[in-house]
Amino acid sequence: MHGFGPVERAANEPVFHAEWERRVFAITRAARTHGIYNIDESRRAIEQMEPARYLAASYYERWLASAVTNLIEKGVITRPELEARMTFLAGRPDEAAHGEGPASSQDVPELAERVLAALRGQPNFRRAGAAPKFSAGDRVLTRNVHPRNHTRLPRYARGKLGVIHAVHGSFVFPDTNAHGLGEIPHPLYTVRFDARVLWSSSAEAGHESVFLDLWENYLLPAPEGATL
Amino acid sequence: MSGHHADEHHHREPEDPLSLRARALESLLVEKGLLSSDVVDRVVSLYEKDIGPHYGAKVVARAWVDPGYRRRLLADGVAAIGELGFGGVDLMVVENTPAVHNLVVCTLCSCYPHTLLGLPPVWYKSPPYRSRAVIEPRAVLREFGLELPDSVDIRVWDSSAELRYMVLPLRPPGTEGLAEEALAALVTRDAMIGVAVVEPPAMAEAGR
Repeated sequence: MHGFGPVERAANEPVFHAEWERRVFAITRAARTHGIYNIDESRRAIEQMEPARYLAASYYERWLASAVTNLIEKGVITRPELEARMTFLAGRPDEAAHGEGPASSQDVPELAERVLAALRGQPNFRRAGAAPKFSAGDRVLTRNVHPRNHTRLPRYARGKLGVIHAVHGSFVFPDTNAHGLGEIPHPLYTVRFDARVLWSSSAEAGHESVFLDLWENYLLPAPEGATL
Repeated sequence: MSGHHADEHHHREPEDPLSLRARALESLLVEKGLLSSDVVDRVVSLYEKDIGPHYGAKVVARAWVDPGYRRRLLADGVAAIGELGFGGVDLMVVENTPAVHNLVVCTLCSCYPHTLLGLPPVWYKSPPYRSRAVIEPRAVLREFGLELPDSVDIRVWDSSAELRYMVLPLRPPGTEGLAEEALAALVTRDAMIGVAVVEPPAMAEAGR
């Protein structure tokens, strides 16, 4: 998408810009630790936001929308329950951030330790899987597909010729994992695309390339005679 | 956490609907035993007071002074940052040279090596950067004050999977005599994303 204008930067930006952003970050990390919804489901719910709202929303507004969608879908909360709690808390800004009952405001150090350990722990998306079909240096063509489901093949790189730069082994496949259809691991590659292949005459002067991490089933062998 | 910032919200002012929604969600999760106030406090404190670009800067400075470490870092980022006690990320490190400049973006969302560099700045997560970094990286870099000659090969890394990228910037000239810690102090977040280069000490000082 074009026409966003300059990249606007702020000097000495705070880590969080509002108290509610801190809460949303912690809620999401806790939900991840409990295994309630995975990172692909989180992104899928963000992408399901109405497009105009998605573009206008701040980063943590998107996270909040995703948390609400996923927690309702997983049956952890219900929408009426959330709306009732919002009604109760409206006009009570200092109250019940930590629940209504006296016991619910207690610290749970064991839970805090688990969330912190999960945050600092090594991400775990690598899986055993089939031997990769492609090797470094192989020329590939990305599929020109436009699925309605979540995918990590960006639109700008569909139907494009590239070269395998690196082979990484098998990783959880987001296109299924985002929809409760299983991890179905596939080999992952870093693929290099020449900017002129991606953008044609709109590419900038000077040599540029874009590297993308793509799963094997986004890729086809380049047709015979295809030139980059 | 709720009490710390109560003064930001005067009782007469209407509350931001997002804030109300977040408080309601937090309250429900606490009731269900899935969250507690110390979880919020400790997670937030980790990113506000501990993790930040100074972690990544230590990795960069070590790579500058120790060629063996540099080789290990480029070959296996996870193991190499583990040597310095860092982790939490499936890391790939890409090296700038006089002929090659690397730039990191996530066009699909805002993936970022946050356990090594802290949480990303707003501009990194903004549509202009996410859209333009892959189409016109030179124009974007120019806005950041970095003019690269056409002879420099620009490599943009669009973080589309669960690998995260960090740029190993060029060591600036005139730093031959500096110790590792002084070198780390020169390294900026933006240089590790690839939208800046590391300035020599005099210029870094003048920029403060």
